[in-house]
Amino acid sequence: MSGTRVPQTSARIDTTRTVKFTFDGRAFTGHPGDTLASALLAHGVRRMARSFKYGRPRGIIGAGAEEPNSLVQMGVGALTTPNVKATQAEMYDGLSARSTSGWPSLDFDLKSVLGQGARFMPAGFYSKTFKWPQKLWPLYETVIRKFAGFGDAPTEPDPEKYDHLHHHVDVLVVGGGACGLLAALQAGRAGLKTLLVDEQNELGGWLLSDPAAQIDGRNSDAYIRSVQATLADMPHVTVLSRTTAFGMYEQNLVQAVELVQDHIAPAQRQAHLPRHRMHKIRAHHVVLATGAIERPLVFGNNDLPGVMTVSAGQTFLVRYGVRVGQRIVICGTSDLAHDCAEVLANAGATVTVADVRHGAVARNSSYTVMAGHGIAEVTGGGEVKGVRLVPLHATRDEVAGTGTHIACDVVLSSGGLSPTVHLFCHDGSRPTWDEAVAAFVVPRTGRKGVACVGAVTGAFELSDALAQTTHAMQQLLVTCGKHESLQAPACIQPQRMAARPMFRLPDGKQEGAGAKAFVDYQNDVSAADIELAVRENYHSIEHVKRYTALGFGTDQGKLSNVNGFVITARALKRPVNEVGTTTYRPAYTPVSLGALAGTMTEELFDPNRYSAIHASHVARGAALEPVGQWQRPWYFAKPGEDLHAAVNRECLAARNGVAVMDASTLGKIQIDGPDAREFLNRIYANAWTQLAVGKCRYGLMLDENGMVMDDGVTACIHPTQFYMTTTTGGAARVLNWLERWHQTEWPELKVWMTSVTDHWSTVALVGPKARAVLAKLCPDIDLSPENFKFMDWRAGTVHGLPTRVFRISFSGEVSYELNVESGYGHALWEAVMAAGAEFNITPYGTETMHVLRAEKGFIIVGQDTDGSMSPMDLDMAWAVGMKKPFSFLGKRSLARSDTARVGRKQLVGLLTDDPAAVLAEGAQIMESATVGASNKMLGHVTSSYHSAFLGRSIAMAVVAGGLQRKEQTLYVHAHGKVTPVKVGGSVFVDVKGDRQNV
Amino acid sequence: MFLLHCPHCGELRDEEEFSNAGEAYIPRPAQPEAVDDATWGDYVFMRRNTKGWFWEQWQHTAACRKVFAVKRNTATYEIAGSWTLAEGKALFLADIAKEQAA
Repeated sequence: MSGTRVPQTSARIDTTRTVKFTFDGRAFTGHPGDTLASALLAHGVRRMARSFKYGRPRGIIGAGAEEPNSLVQMGVGALTTPNVKATQAEMYDGLSARSTSGWPSLDFDLKSVLGQGARFMPAGFYSKTFKWPQKLWPLYETVIRKFAGFGDAPTEPDPEKYDHLHHHVDVLVVGGGACGLLAALQAGRAGLKTLLVDEQNELGGWLLSDPAAQIDGRNSDAYIRSVQATLADMPHVTVLSRTTAFGMYEQNLVQAVELVQDHIAPAQRQAHLPRHRMHKIRAHHVVLATGAIERPLVFGNNDLPGVMTVSAGQTFLVRYGVRVGQRIVICGTSDLAHDCAEVLANAGATVTVADVRHGAVARNSSYTVMAGHGIAEVTGGGEVKGVRLVPLHATRDEVAGTGTHIACDVVLSSGGLSPTVHLFCHDGSRPTWDEAVAAFVVPRTGRKGVACVGAVTGAFELSDALAQTTHAMQQLLVTCGKHESLQAPACIQPQRMAARPMFRLPDGKQEGAGAKAFVDYQNDVSAADIELAVRENYHSIEHVKRYTALGFGTDQGKLSNVNGFVITARALKRPVNEVGTTTYRPAYTPVSLGALAGTMTEELFDPNRYSAIHASHVARGAALEPVGQWQRPWYFAKPGEDLHAAVNRECLAARNGVAVMDASTLGKIQIDGPDAREFLNRIYANAWTQLAVGKCRYGLMLDENGMVMDDGVTACIHPTQFYMTTTTGGAARVLNWLERWHQTEWPELKVWMTSVTDHWSTVALVGPKARAVLAKLCPDIDLSPENFKFMDWRAGTVHGLPTRVFRISFSGEVSYELNVESGYGHALWEAVMAAGAEFNITPYGTETMHVLRAEKGFIIVGQDTDGSMSPMDLDMAWAVGMKKPFSFLGKRSLARSDTARVGRKQLVGLLTDDPAAVLAEGAQIMESATVGASNKMLGHVTSSYHSAFLGRSIAMAVVAGGLQRKEQTLYVHAHGKVTPVKVGGSVFVDVKGDRQNV
Repeated sequence: MFLLHCPHCGELRDEEEFSNAGEAYIPRPAQPEAVDDATWGDYVFMRRNTKGWFWEQWQHTAACRKVFAVKRNTATYEIAGSWTLAEGKALFLADIAKEQAA
């Protein structure tokens, strides 16, 4: 036990109320306003985690988003959230959390036994060790995952809601500390539409940890309250707390996530509110007031529970009323150490400041200073018990004498401040190293559209920061055409002794010989690991990062990166600015997938489309198949039937009787205009000049490379109107294609395209008895084969509905596709079913459609083609009008040497010797039954089915030089089986095509 | 995500409403049969693919469905402007002339 609750007037907790919570099954109490971290520290809990690689015990080190160690699993069941930082988890009654590392348990961790052999686990250990044998990888992976585990992802669907909100503002201020508040106030007063987002539960930033600061004659608390009240009175200013701006993108798009209800007990959360809300903010000006994060020093055993940053020690005391220890050693490079020493000493702690600066003196007698001293190592097994201090050389980073040991329960360290430059750098910019403040900073002048104010620019002293903010905001107002003259608030500048920048404190030993000194806590990267990486020739900081894992993980190196960069630079003997930083990428802190998705999940993520006849299909028990976004009937099983039985029955009905299919999902584009025919001539490979009103034609659409990209039947409705159908999945793409060619290349053509897919319902009536069924419903069209031929269309009345009847066929049978206005689709379908009842009319789905078309060798673009098949490869030269005057799309490419060469993959039919063997689609085809290096893959099976009509299997395939291989025997390899096949034509039923003309 | 100005609708709208339609102002040979395979192959396959300022086509697919020209910096995402295809062409040709003179 070392932490304890001490009364603090500055504390932002409600001590009049007590809440209960559990951690790792143990019951504790806390107060509203606590974080999980502050409440646990108040109870003396120090061990929160086991480290990633060595299993070393770890405790809370920070007080906010920078925390690398204390990751907890929050909540249980569907509401569980992994890897919440205890320092950011707001307390509520009934909170339940558990540690996420340590196996089998936090107190006994098997990894820590291995960790004893830490010197055998250097940087790159995993990639050096677990390379071989390859077959052991699954085992390695299982064990490593168990060892390395952080939290667990929930296994149940997330029951909570998430949403997105868009903002368009003049000014977005990121960060609600002293400078952010001032910037928002100045922008708001100038009348600019302003949004202020702040990560924490209340505004104030570091002011909440520094109650004695004076701004315009007010202390921190009064200043925060007054600015907050003023902003609240401005209707054009919005303030969002618990909202982290996690990414800044081009054109000043900032994304921020608001934790709307995470601080409320699940049972008390409001059903109408989301859990998280993502704000997508477009701002003319972004003001980055993101502050800075304190950098710990790097010294031996600096990871023992009880070692924290100075700012964390101060924050826990001032803001949460928790004194983290009784006997505290603070090691620092600047006056920050003394600020903290004063408040801790006032709260009753015994404080020794080891100040690396020679000549440093205590501000008063409440604490002791050892000037010119640093920490060589922390002592204690499992937690801090003491510290060995050593005198330092006055200027060089060297030990200058023997050390003294001081007993203590807490060690706080401060290496200075690292500006939170992340958002500024999300566009790929790098911060620059400012030697004067020993930090990577962003420019005080910002960049176009982005102002940077306060500590993020290296303006660490409050008076300087507020003056710099005012100057930057003055510039911003000028850009916005505002003429207010801004005055910086008055602020007393305390006397400060210059900092002495230090990073890795010397311990008098070779790097690696002394106690382990950690740079990155979450990834167990020590100073020695970085030096090793450099010795192993990793000289780019990006490579050092990837070799050592420096800066990875849920904290993204907020504490570790700058120390790592400097240690790398020193090992390389190069200036820090030359070594630079790694790349800053969104997200600044982890964002839930729910927040990113918002309401766009499931059906709203990818909507389903249903034809107007869908309810009829469901009533008849159709199994559904997704085709693009469409949900189409797949097959209609009768009781006791499986897919194959149903499809066999449906196929035979279409060939021998009458069957009916919903073809409404086919893409349909209406093309109008006096130049429509010429447009079709250019877009399609076929010739359209002769197509008369009342006629239809099958068309092949090629890309400019001469490859088939779509197909379908187009009908001439009127000399200036055509009705094009496309593949179901290709409709939108084809419309875009047509429009682009029209607008970019042939704007002179008078033509207009309209998508009419949803305007028409299409019922395909198929089979030898189709005419008899249609005759019962259609009184006004002469259906005789002489007067209504194959590839004709007629307008008439079916079941009293105005109907376009197309005599076209995707099955090779007599077939009428009945097109009615979409809303009548259901009525038409039911009328057809009733009229067909005496003929045992059979509804069928996509599977039967596929078998019927494959029996006829009709291609499906995208299944039998893959973007590399020309019309000639498909043996469809008949569909290419080479004599058309305009050089249609793709024509020239058909003459290119590669397109015209022999031996290209061509579409053929395959028949197995065994009629019962159905080939696997995608199976590879070879000349030999044996597999060997010299045995080349000739192609693959594209379509394969059992044909009930033929009583055997059929398959289509693309095979190199296939059209010249008729009657050859080839071998199909799949799933370890070899099947001999005979190559033939791809039409299996009615090769002459008589049936559809009957 | 960009905001793009549609010169036909006259509005600055979110990128979600648009589809990128590739490089702008690729001239299709007027007489395809008259050019050799290399020239035709360049037209079909080769793109300028510049790092830096780039003329590209966008289609306002969720609104007016018009294709228009955008001059965008592929390295910085800066957008210099958007124009109808006809308006943009002269500016594009001027850029090309400047590039060839340099």
